[in-house]
Amino acid sequence: MAIVIDKSQRWRIFAAHAFLIFLCALVTFPLLMVVSISLRPGNFAGGSLVPKTISLEHWRFALGLPVTTVDGRVIQPDLPVLHWLWNSVKVATLSAIVAVLLSTTAAYAFARLKFARKKAALTGLMLMQMFPTVLALVAIHSIFSRIGHAFPAIGVNSHWALVLAYSGGIALHIWIIKGFYESIPPEIEEAATVDGATPWQAFWRVLLPMALPILMVVFLLAFIGAVNEYPVASVLLHSQDRLTMAVGAKQFLYAQHYLWGDFAAAAILSGLPVSVVFILAQRWMISGLTSGANKG
Amino acid sequence: MPKALKRFLLPAVILALGLAGLYVTTLVYAMGEALLAAVMLATLACFVWIYTTQKAYAYRYLFPGIGAALIFVVFPMLYTIRIGFTNYSSKNLLNFKRATQYLLEETYRADGSTFNSEVIPDGGRWRIRLEDADTGAAFLTGPVPLEQTEPAEQAAVTLPAVPTKEPVPDGVMTLREIIERQDALKNLVVVLPSGVHVRMTGLHELAPQRLQYTRNADGSLTNNQDQSVLRPDFKTGFYETADGEQVQPGFQVDIGWRNYTQIFTDASLREPFGHIFVWTVIFSALSVLFCTSLGMVLAVLLNWDSLRFKGAYRLLLFLPYAIPSFISILVFKGLFNQNTGEINLVLHGLFGLSPTWFSDPFLARSMLLIVNTWLGFPYMMVVCMGLIKAIPNDLYEASAVAGAGPITNFFKITVPLIIRPLTPLLIASFAFNFNNLVLVNLLTGGLPDYLNTSVPAGTTDLLATYTYRIAFQDSGQKFGLAAAISTVVFLMVAAIALIQIRATKISQQDKG
Repeated sequence: MAIVIDKSQRWRIFAAHAFLIFLCALVTFPLLMVVSISLRPGNFAGGSLVPKTISLEHWRFALGLPVTTVDGRVIQPDLPVLHWLWNSVKVATLSAIVAVLLSTTAAYAFARLKFARKKAALTGLMLMQMFPTVLALVAIHSIFSRIGHAFPAIGVNSHWALVLAYSGGIALHIWIIKGFYESIPPEIEEAATVDGATPWQAFWRVLLPMALPILMVVFLLAFIGAVNEYPVASVLLHSQDRLTMAVGAKQFLYAQHYLWGDFAAAAILSGLPVSVVFILAQRWMISGLTSGANKG
Repeated sequence: MPKALKRFLLPAVILALGLAGLYVTTLVYAMGEALLAAVMLATLACFVWIYTTQKAYAYRYLFPGIGAALIFVVFPMLYTIRIGFTNYSSKNLLNFKRATQYLLEETYRADGSTFNSEVIPDGGRWRIRLEDADTGAAFLTGPVPLEQTEPAEQAAVTLPAVPTKEPVPDGVMTLREIIERQDALKNLVVVLPSGVHVRMTGLHELAPQRLQYTRNADGSLTNNQDQSVLRPDFKTGFYETADGEQVQPGFQVDIGWRNYTQIFTDASLREPFGHIFVWTVIFSALSVLFCTSLGMVLAVLLNWDSLRFKGAYRLLLFLPYAIPSFISILVFKGLFNQNTGEINLVLHGLFGLSPTWFSDPFLARSMLLIVNTWLGFPYMMVVCMGLIKAIPNDLYEASAVAGAGPITNFFKITVPLIIRPLTPLLIASFAFNFNNLVLVNLLTGGLPDYLNTSVPAGTTDLLATYTYRIAFQDSGQKFGLAAAISTVVFLMVAAIALIQIRATKISQQDKG
């Protein structure tokens, strides 16, 4: 560094640390609080950040185990947290598989094949991305209730309806995979074509194996996206046993049935894995985008 | 052989799939879902054409993905516009055909004697024994299987009965079994020797029931009970009696621009719409402002070479972005709780304050902005960090030689250099917050509400949550009105998108 260090530098560093620590405290306060609340007895108890008495009742509730209250009654948890989590995982896994299948082939066409109106199609994809699904909820609900008249298995209140509704939102995934394909020199597939491979074989046997890291990234992105999706799921799912975690979680905080402590345990249970995967995938995504491809 | 097989396998599979699809489409059309059948037919036609024509080779890769996007993203948007011109709501839920069918299946209890009934087992099947409640004459039907069937799927089963002298045998169906097989029992129509049709009216009772309506050749319905005539009114979407009384259920009809004139002229709708629009704009603009300024300052700090522990700070400050938003929003809902929330406990302990976050409009709006800043600044921080890294270092060296301080550097070098490439992202962030349904829906639900509105409208509602409440939370479920408002919002988003495309072009020109 060529910058001259003057006297005020030390004060500035001190101030910067103070500011950053203050912000980190603000950011982590809610998170630490949730951990503390999940270990406190009762749903209304206030108290310090470090709980005086530790109780596992909320964790038992979140895991669906019967809870014994102070006055000796045994309560069966009335919110099926694990079941909701399982629904979330199921829907998210299916939609992520669908997203990868649909976007990897489409991205191949955009990256390698020539066809009419390619540019228009790409612009269309970009435009589509700008209009949020939130505005089409009425239509989505109506479409799936109509489909449900003919095929109840994929109508409103079914998980397949969610998977189908999510399957259209692949514009971003197509962009990511297309960028990756374009970083791979086309000569590799051309060599395969010279050896007599059809375009499909060149794609399936040559390009796709090289693209595995990026497909994993897209899978995780789509998975996390589906776990976190709330608006469409809240419109399409009704019955208690079909809900995903994103839709079910708000039932903890109804004013007349306020389960603050139980919510805290359930929130950690469902939020922690997703957050960890997201932080890992975030790093991996950057490395997946930059490495993996042969650059020469 | 394998080669020949290969050549014919693909077309054969496509043909088989095409035919199967055609069959299903016909079924769907026969069920009265013409629009769905049309979409399926179009999809099917594209499918067969693309996978059999060599010219369309590239489209074979595009078809699944683009098809899904067209059907589940583009089509719903167009369909929203379409619904905006109808009276689709909980009162006018069915289409005309189904509403008519519903009325034609209505029955009423006709005059005539009632019959006490018992269900008698007969080798795995069941007979019904009827006894006239007035005269005591008894009748017995033939055996019938009473399988538990899907309700409403089953057509009525007619069952003749003959006079009997035998008393009620032992082992008749218990009340509980009757309740279990209610659906099948209700489907039975017992025809007595006198020609009277009776149906189940109670668990142990059958009585003559007649269809309420008969359809006439001109499409009107005659009420068999009082001989009045119902005519469908395609302007209001109801069957109406001669003096204009509407009969439920209504049906969907086109009502032209009426939803739109209602939004812009009906005072009880126009005023909240105006307020909510203004708040939506303010909310989005302030969210972008707060997140960006905080994110930018942090990015500058975390790019400062003399600062230690940058990695730890970066990880901690990134956390809000990694946590699923439905969880962090609900966590804040609990923390901000007026009575038991931890934030008010702290504020009360330190300053003796206990703000009413959820019942005061101003505080509720502030709370939304606080939470949204918490959720949104990490993204801006990460983006700005990338952009700042690209600024050449000698600019700062030159400014240091000139004796400029860090604040001058920030406003004269950093901000001007990153604001151009940042602009498209700022607009995208504005558009995102413009429709930030998840935050408002989970945190405040739009509350506290305005008073004296025809549909519920909240002081913290965004346009997106306003339509959501009209369509899915209000008992009237005015889908048509909600779709019309959504269409208006579509136009606003389109305008924002146009601005964004321009900004992107400008920032790309800068690069090149």
